[in-house]
Amino acid sequence: MTDSKKKWQEFFGTLPSLLWLTVFFVIPTFIVLKFAFHAKSPDGGVAPGLTLETWRTISNPNYPEIIWRTVWISAVTTLICVLLSLPCAYCIARMQKKWRAFVAGLIMLPFWTSFIVRVFAWRTLLNPEGFLQQVLIWLGFADQNTMLNYNAGAVLLVSVYSFLPFAIMPIYTAAEKFDFSLLEAARDLGARSFFAFRKIFLPGVKRGVISAILMVFIPAIGSYVIPDLVGGTDELIGNKIYQRTFGDRNWPHASALATLTAFSVLIPLGCVAWWMKRQDEKEARRLAEATARRLSGGTA
Amino acid sequence: MANEFLVFDHVTKRFGALTAVNDVSFSVNKGEFFSLLGPSGCGKTTLLRMLGGFERPDSGRIYLNGKDITDDPPNMRRVHTVFQNYALFPTMTVWDNIAFSLRIAKKPKEEIEEDVDQILEMIRMTDHAWKYPSQLSGGQKQRVAIARALVDRPQVLLLDEPLAALDLKLRQHMLLELDAIHDQVGITFMYVTHDQGEAMSLSDRIAVMNGGKVEQLDKPTQIYEAPRSSFVAAFIGDTNFFDGEIVSTEGDYCTINVYGFAQISAYNDKKLSVGQKVHLSVRPEKIRVTLAPPPPEKGAGINVFQCTVSDIIYQGVYTKYWVKSSDRSISALRPHSRFLLDQESITWNDKAYCWWHPDDGYMVENFSEEDASLIHPSPPAQKPKGE
Repeated sequence: MTDSKKKWQEFFGTLPSLLWLTVFFVIPTFIVLKFAFHAKSPDGGVAPGLTLETWRTISNPNYPEIIWRTVWISAVTTLICVLLSLPCAYCIARMQKKWRAFVAGLIMLPFWTSFIVRVFAWRTLLNPEGFLQQVLIWLGFADQNTMLNYNAGAVLLVSVYSFLPFAIMPIYTAAEKFDFSLLEAARDLGARSFFAFRKIFLPGVKRGVISAILMVFIPAIGSYVIPDLVGGTDELIGNKIYQRTFGDRNWPHASALATLTAFSVLIPLGCVAWWMKRQDEKEARRLAEATARRLSGGTA
Repeated sequence: MANEFLVFDHVTKRFGALTAVNDVSFSVNKGEFFSLLGPSGCGKTTLLRMLGGFERPDSGRIYLNGKDITDDPPNMRRVHTVFQNYALFPTMTVWDNIAFSLRIAKKPKEEIEEDVDQILEMIRMTDHAWKYPSQLSGGQKQRVAIARALVDRPQVLLLDEPLAALDLKLRQHMLLELDAIHDQVGITFMYVTHDQGEAMSLSDRIAVMNGGKVEQLDKPTQIYEAPRSSFVAAFIGDTNFFDGEIVSTEGDYCTINVYGFAQISAYNDKKLSVGQKVHLSVRPEKIRVTLAPPPPEKGAGINVFQCTVSDIIYQGVYTKYWVKSSDRSISALRPHSRFLLDQESITWNDKAYCWWHPDDGYMVENFSEEDASLIHPSPPAQKPKGE
């Protein structure tokens, strides 16, 4: 088979998914982007004719604060999820094979209940009369005036609860393929357990960790159900987009906010990706130089 | 016990109902090349893992250089392992892999560079220092694994079937290399293998293990020529067992009546007396098969039996014969020191003679029937050849 023929086969093989993504992802994204450059029509739709009017009126003094809150809650949620998932995935991957599928099943079990119902359950749990607060009062960590519900802390807690399986699963998948005899080798060569975990296990499941970060961070940025139900006045940008879309029927405004959020995430992510690529190139250059030095040293 | 370097003192390890290592005691000298040899499941790897610190014995102690290390975690022991699958860190270069233990020991940078470069030179991998393990061949990975374990000069180097994954030619080459490395560094090597050839060619001493126990601990020649048990006799090389009873003794020799076969004379080094049961092992290469009867100058008193050749396996260096004498199968090896095609050739169903000197039979002390059937291969079914 020639190379060009193989390339064509690959192209046709990926065509269905390419079409799917184009029709249901790329085009809608651009429609959302385009809406931000239209005016609102009186019937709640989008008026024809391009305008920058929406962008001029978007400078609501609340927005920077809300976007900042969205980003930090999402970032902290991601961090906590990944930190909890690493030991969890490690333990599951080290279990006997017959137990692994069972425990992985337990982690997916909450998905059998509706997401909204689960968040609602948290609202009850966090209520001043709720179970959690009563336990904390009994233990002496809280009193009647403590407010567990309706603040950023509650949003963070419920976000971690909701997104944890999305972090465990990719890390567990990577950990299952990890060769645990490498940890024994590290221990054998003098490494303490935690050092071996950090220097050998962590780089070994790096791909899983990156997937986990994306799987948690991206939905966390766009989440609006959790802040709406347990966030009180500590709203996230998702709530604002929701209100603009369904409350005010102001689609251009909602689109502009969505675009803004997307860029406020994509730009830092792009910077990180660029920095990591540079690090890789640096490392490759270092290795090439070291080889050259050694080879010339060897012949001298 | 004073100058014994590494001591296993009544070590036992159980996994559930299985006793992997059963009350094992022995000691290893400093600088020795010591092998643990046995079939899979004999407990040799468990013993090695206990020495590495990955398993804790249920009872018994392990001493290294006079210090009790039984309860020390792996990272606190000056004992490094070369793993069967090498276990090189895939995210690190060859250089970083080797420097791993030195960096943990927080050695100064210059010292690390010097040590790593030096050992890279020893294993002739200087040109590959900045490659990743996935870019190396099997033999190269093997050498890096050895270098990584040796670089900070452990007290004992453990090798867990290190050559099992290599092909035959490479294995032979690595055997020589391992031997050279051992001579060069002078560190105690503890080598685990199921391959008797590897153990015989490398070791100063071998401990043959079976069922969690050490059956025999000796120099390679002793293990081969004077096996203490039928298991050792059958596991190390091939052998013919003859069970019988002494019917007469004469000086250093005795005559054994072998059940269902014939009378055999053998060297009576155990000074057994008439009526005692014996188990005699005769190695195939000690038995000669010829078409003519043995020449008289070979001496009187040798064992000669008429036989029929039932199978021949040509192996290049030698030919293996299965002969039948009074319904008894005997295996014999014939090395080809001369050009084979010039010699008289023996073929299937030939009437021949098999013979050996009484000195070449060795009386095994501990015989068990299961061992013999377990390891001693029965002759292949006779093929209807030349009929």
